[in-house]
Amino acid sequence: MVKKYFFQLIFLYLFFSKEVFAAESGGMPQLDPEFWVSQIFWLTLVFGTLYIVLSKLILPKISANLELRKSQIQENIEAADKQRKDSELKLKEYDDIILKSKLESKNLFNETREKTLKNINIKRDSLEKQIDEEIKKAETEIDQLRKSAPEKINKIAIETSSEILKNLIGTEINNSSISAIVDDLYKKNGGKYYGN
Amino acid sequence: MAANPMAQFEVYRIGPEIKIGAFDISFTNASLFMLVSSLAILVIFNLGAKKNSMLPNKIQLLAELSYTFVSKMISDTAGSKAKPYFAFIFSLFMFVLFCNMFGMIPYTFTVTSHIIVTFVLAAFIFIGVTIIGFIKHGFGYLKLFVPSGVPIVLLPLIVVIEIISYLSRPISLSVRLFANMMAGHTMMKVFGGFVISLGIVGGWLPLTFSVALTGLEILVAFLQAYVFAILTCIYLNDALNLHH
Repeated sequence: MVKKYFFQLIFLYLFFSKEVFAAESGGMPQLDPEFWVSQIFWLTLVFGTLYIVLSKLILPKISANLELRKSQIQENIEAADKQRKDSELKLKEYDDIILKSKLESKNLFNETREKTLKNINIKRDSLEKQIDEEIKKAETEIDQLRKSAPEKINKIAIETSSEILKNLIGTEINNSSISAIVDDLYKKNGGKYYGN
Repeated sequence: MAANPMAQFEVYRIGPEIKIGAFDISFTNASLFMLVSSLAILVIFNLGAKKNSMLPNKIQLLAELSYTFVSKMISDTAGSKAKPYFAFIFSLFMFVLFCNMFGMIPYTFTVTSHIIVTFVLAAFIFIGVTIIGFIKHGFGYLKLFVPSGVPIVLLPLIVVIEIISYLSRPISLSVRLFANMMAGHTMMKVFGGFVISLGIVGGWLPLTFSVALTGLEILVAFLQAYVFAILTCIYLNDALNLHH
């Protein structure tokens, strides 16, 4: 309703307003050639100047700025790339060093162990030899002792018997007769006491 | 003056009358706004080009974005061969854009709403492109009027149509910009007149229209500058890379 009223108003306005019709009668100022030459002249002058200043002074600067920024960014990217590669190389080197030192320490450990084992073996061998010798010595000693034991016992027996007899009887008795009895007894029972 | 929607397009002398021979080249309001637009362009882009920091400030960003915008527009439509004409197309785009935009400020004069201005620009582009075409391709440039793959019977007709369309380029280019600017500004003026004549009761609707139209006209101001520049690129493309 309001809209209808409004458009009626516009219509009436257009119909009765002399001022609007004045525009129609006035025509387009654009088609009036009075200032055409002036406009062409000033357009050529102003636009020409604008073009020359822009193309010679301002645009090269902007272009250079853009190029500079582009190249700088590129450079930075390249530098970052290089540094990354460097650090990767360093990391690898470091890893190598660690690996090498690990291997070295392992080798060292193995070597030392072998050496120590060898040392231990040598020492044990020599000790065993010593022990063997000692045993042998002891065995020969025992053997000797065992061999000499019956004689000594016999001698002791003879001496003891003669001493006892002396005490019992009061007179000295010839040792040879006692030794003959001891020998006889020994021959009869010796095997029972000495096992050989 | 205020009520006449065409009054805003009137050209008048500022200062004394200057004459060279029979020609009147007085400084007018049109000249003034050409000068203002150009100076604004120069000031803005000079500020934008002066300092080069890795992180651009606002004005530098504006200048560089405009640069890349126009540069991309040219390389997209006319290829890499159009690089030497970058400065011209950039100046053209910026000049038309700033003239259009300055026209959007109330009580200013719209330089591009005059057919003579747009026609001079369009004619210059037309003549320049034609010369470039003949320099690059010699008389082979005339092959532009003979599209490939057209039946022989139709050829005479097609050639005539092509020639007419080629010759009408400066007219269509200039009239498109001029008519758009004039129509938009006239319409805004008419709606503005309605606001006054309908008063406090009925003036609100045309006022709303006027506000909406202002937004539309700013869009048109940018769009027409863009269209003007991109059509120049397309014509240049025809001259540089002959397809037919």
